[in-house]
Amino acid sequence: MSGSWVLVDIGSTFTKVTAVDIGQRRILAQSSAPTTIEDVSIGLRNALQGLGLDAEQLRQARKLACSSAAGGLRMVAIGLVQDLTAKAARLAALGAGARVLSTYSFQLTEADREEIIELQPDIILLAGGTDGGNRENILHNAKVLASLPNPVPVVIAGNRSVAQEVAACFPPEFSTYIAPNVMPQIGQLQVDPAREVIRRVFMEKIIYAKGLDKAGRWIEGIFMPTPAAVLRAGQLLSQGTAARKGWGDLLIVDVGGATTDVHSLGKGLPTRAGVVVRGLPEPYAKRTVEGDLGVRVSVLSLMETVGPDVLAQEVNWTREEVESRAELLHAHPDTLPESDEEWHFDRVLARLAVAHAVSRHVGRLSELYTPAGLVWVQEGKDLSSVATVIGTGGVLVRSHDPLAVLEGAGKQGDAPLELRPEDPLFFLDGSYILASMGLLAQEEPDAAFDILTDSLSNYKLARREQ
Amino acid sequence: MEAKTLVLGVIGADVHAVGNKILEIALTEAGFNVVNLGVLVSQKEFVEAALETDADAILVSSLYGHAEIDARGLREALIEAGIGDILMYIGGYLVVGNQDWSEVEAKFKQLGFDRVYPPSTLPEDFIPTLREDLGM
Repeated sequence: MSGSWVLVDIGSTFTKVTAVDIGQRRILAQSSAPTTIEDVSIGLRNALQGLGLDAEQLRQARKLACSSAAGGLRMVAIGLVQDLTAKAARLAALGAGARVLSTYSFQLTEADREEIIELQPDIILLAGGTDGGNRENILHNAKVLASLPNPVPVVIAGNRSVAQEVAACFPPEFSTYIAPNVMPQIGQLQVDPAREVIRRVFMEKIIYAKGLDKAGRWIEGIFMPTPAAVLRAGQLLSQGTAARKGWGDLLIVDVGGATTDVHSLGKGLPTRAGVVVRGLPEPYAKRTVEGDLGVRVSVLSLMETVGPDVLAQEVNWTREEVESRAELLHAHPDTLPESDEEWHFDRVLARLAVAHAVSRHVGRLSELYTPAGLVWVQEGKDLSSVATVIGTGGVLVRSHDPLAVLEGAGKQGDAPLELRPEDPLFFLDGSYILASMGLLAQEEPDAAFDILTDSLSNYKLARREQ
Repeated sequence: MEAKTLVLGVIGADVHAVGNKILEIALTEAGFNVVNLGVLVSQKEFVEAALETDADAILVSSLYGHAEIDARGLREALIEAGIGDILMYIGGYLVVGNQDWSEVEAKFKQLGFDRVYPPSTLPEDFIPTLREDLGM
């Protein structure tokens, strides 16, 4: 139970490395260097050198990595009914840390096939039908996919009665993997086994296809996409280990230039009596990604969602000023704020991105008047009793006032029926170690838990004022 | 022979859960594969569950008198979804008050239900017919 570990996150712009001593439960050093996509081992070596460890210590340290470079893990999810197996497939892919490029339901058309060719996914997740249920749809879709000009790994997670038959539709150039159905019965979601198969395909195939294997001479392997590592860290923190009591239900928010990710760990069962739950059950570890909510590349769609007038009012600028600043940030995503007003604008953007992303992630209540009286109907997860909200990612970590941004995740006056955390404590992943500890959790869960909780406790933000 | 799959649920804004549970138990014991959607089930949910499970029949309950408005259009929605010929039953307190049963039955047959059952129908009253209709 001692020794050094080096945890590596090969990101799209930076390769970040964290060295920890698991005996002493502390971070030894952190460093980063620009990712060199033509040969990632160069950027990785630069980052490792920045740690300042002596050569022998570095050589002896165990090294694990995750990656979101080269576009991350790009997936397409396919099911039968949009709100059932297609949604389950999408949730499974997101939980595996993928960027879901598109989700398809019912029979794939020629236009869908053309679109999938254009999208060039790394992996296709093919679901459809409950176990013993519909078989024609997934077979039809398998035949369409089998005719794609470039072979793509296909994870089959649909009706188990036809899984073998589906796999047999593909020519030998396609690698196919059979996983348990993402929705074995109506109302039952089973995404973890498919997630694990996706992770294995990523580790065994995709990193080679993307040339990330060149990092291999420095590290033991790239074990998962970075968002999967973040989700795993959340799970560790929430559930604890055999020897450590977890923090319970929690929410992790990551605001970026292009997307805003929300992870929740919790069952999300109703917190008040007399509520009827409707719709597909949601996974304990749920991840959503909002591709239209970001503070740089996606700033125009964020502004459209919020409404330019609302944004103008929030920052106390004119609508024209708001629009021209947004255009500038969109056109030049590297722009950093300079004046106080520009910092304020960035903060408001980030808070609105958080508010809208959390709104889409959490469940909501609706009132239903029946002859038997008023009934409350819950759809999605009730996260109102979540006690911990953690912010991560560059936008939040660099912000002058991360609490103001993160408060977008809490209760909003204009949306009383959204089941958001009502009175959480806010934390910042200030030393940027969530993904690293998610990796370490695979091998040394107690040490990962201790280092993570210690770091977060140093970045506890004040409790929300009611 | 593979078990027949039934989609079961209480339609509309109806929250009567007890009869629904009794039906689930009785039908499961009778050897059916029961997909029980529970209470407050919308037409969309019936259609989608029948699609995913490749169901052989849909069994709709309604116990609060508003069945006509809740069930109107369900057959058409199934036709749109490509499973328009699925067997469909309805039963319960379908209308308010003491209306002539033959009129009620005719009304619901016209809405596309193959069989219509009055209040207090016991599982053993309709299971033999269901088997027959499913060619078992």
